[in-house]
Amino acid sequence: MSLEKLPTYITGFDHIANGGLPKNRVTLLSGTAGSAKTVFACNFLAQGVLHGEAGVFVTFEEPPEDIRRNMLGFGWQITQWEAENRWAFVDVSHPLDDQIAVGSYDFGGLLARIEYAVRRLNAKRLVMDSVSALFSRFTDHGTVRTELVRLISAFKQLGLTALVTSERDSEYGTVARHGVEEFVADNVIILRNVLEDEKRRRTVEILKFRGATHQKGEFPFTVTPQEGIVVIPLSAIELKQQSSNMRISSGNPELDRMCGGGFFRDSIILVSGATGTGKTLVATTFLAGGAAHGERCLLFAFEESREQLFRNAIGWNVDFERMESEGLLRVVAEYPKIGALEEHLIRIKAEIAQYRPMRVAIDSLSALERIGTQRGFREFVISLTSFIKHQEIAGLFTATTPNLLGGTSITEAHISTITDSIILLRYVELYGEMRRGLTVLKMRGSIHDKDIREFSIDDKGMHIGKPFRNVSGILSGQFVYRSKSELDRLEGLFADDVEIAED
Amino acid sequence: MYILKLYVTGHTPRSERAIYNLYQLCDKYLTGNYQITVIDVAEYPEIAEREKILATPTVIRELPLPRRRLVGDLSDAERVISALDLKVSPVSRGAESVEGD
Repeated sequence: MSLEKLPTYITGFDHIANGGLPKNRVTLLSGTAGSAKTVFACNFLAQGVLHGEAGVFVTFEEPPEDIRRNMLGFGWQITQWEAENRWAFVDVSHPLDDQIAVGSYDFGGLLARIEYAVRRLNAKRLVMDSVSALFSRFTDHGTVRTELVRLISAFKQLGLTALVTSERDSEYGTVARHGVEEFVADNVIILRNVLEDEKRRRTVEILKFRGATHQKGEFPFTVTPQEGIVVIPLSAIELKQQSSNMRISSGNPELDRMCGGGFFRDSIILVSGATGTGKTLVATTFLAGGAAHGERCLLFAFEESREQLFRNAIGWNVDFERMESEGLLRVVAEYPKIGALEEHLIRIKAEIAQYRPMRVAIDSLSALERIGTQRGFREFVISLTSFIKHQEIAGLFTATTPNLLGGTSITEAHISTITDSIILLRYVELYGEMRRGLTVLKMRGSIHDKDIREFSIDDKGMHIGKPFRNVSGILSGQFVYRSKSELDRLEGLFADDVEIAED
Repeated sequence: MYILKLYVTGHTPRSERAIYNLYQLCDKYLTGNYQITVIDVAEYPEIAEREKILATPTVIRELPLPRRRLVGDLSDAERVISALDLKVSPVSRGAESVEGD
């Protein structure tokens, strides 16, 4: 039988904790300086208060006035909650410089104060932040250990679900300073703040929940002013995806045909190609196609400004301005902020949740890839795609390949297995002339055209033409021409026409 | 006049030891010029909260100023004398009281 859990109501955390913290137990929250332990702990209590459970905060380091002030930024009105007897501090933060120890002692004073506060509020949640401070304040570490064990068993008797924080010296070293984990808790959570490729990455890992299940491994999280801690639970959300057989138009009838009748309603489409091959055009067409059917569309642009995007669209006979005024389009154009993938994710999710579009386009994903670590980016994409699919809407992402001819993008390599459809755009050199080619590389759950077709761009948008029959090696960029003479070429083109007609 | 407050938790051997040790030392060195109040934090937790008591036993020398704070069962007489600065005084014998014990 699994232990009962107490929901923390910290966004995303209960997913990875399979329901919350082990109820009526003590959990150790360990992390290096600056790993957001205090915010996490306050968030746990604040959510409790907001859900009708009073909480007691025992602080050994930060004085209550600092905590009250710092947490205002998250909208947590601690002062007000204290007045309403929903939150209480047990303040042990003042360093007692004049304190000398003579002979044996216990923490009876602290215990009496905690019991008093808990009974007064009928508190269900408790935080002790951080126990490491006790070890620097009292030289007799044996006594500190014994007394901590006594405190913890008292917490259980009081029916509390407690979070006890502790310092760590390094991100991948021992669990906690002074070996606290050995006697404090059956349950251990680690917060990390790792510098990876010059970028900060925060993660939370549940190391153990004795007698209870939880998700394993590190999960990214971020700290936002609106919600506090936001954990991004990858594994938990992937399971919920459904899949629909409903087709939607790509905005281009020929491309719909190539895809076997259009994209799927709740699918993710990746459009990959070198710069200038027409990725933004495909995205624009996709949005225009949605608006033409009265569907609301949302565009996140990370490479071009709003003005530029609108001008481009006009050049392809798509009127973004009109779509906007009809309430069918919302454009979010911003420059991606370095090291803030999680923030972008939250932002994108919030925009989607608020605007409730039927189609979402991101141009380009590669711009976001540059600001995070490889692993962070992959997690970002997984989380975003599952979110989009969960809304039962279609998402189209563009990715830029670094080489003009052939090759794959790093973005593509990372996320190709996550996406349902992949469309490749390539430059094709044909007898000294640069043409554009388009192919549907992957179309999950559907038959599709396997040809590499020529496509052109004019003031009406994109036009998909005939397959390139007389040249191969387009995808690799190593062109091999099947026929050399002009005559052969013409015959080849003629043959293509026949084939198309048969289609 | 020495005003001393002794905070203890319940009637444990440690509490009894601290009370006994403190009275012994005061009797010997302050010859009646002192007042000791014993406070059981289990019984008066709100006082413990106000005085920010963490460990028990804790002795706070309220007077003479400056305030001094000492934790432990006071088993080392030498150190208690120096920490609380207990000096023989010629002033006449003062009142004694025990509260909350």
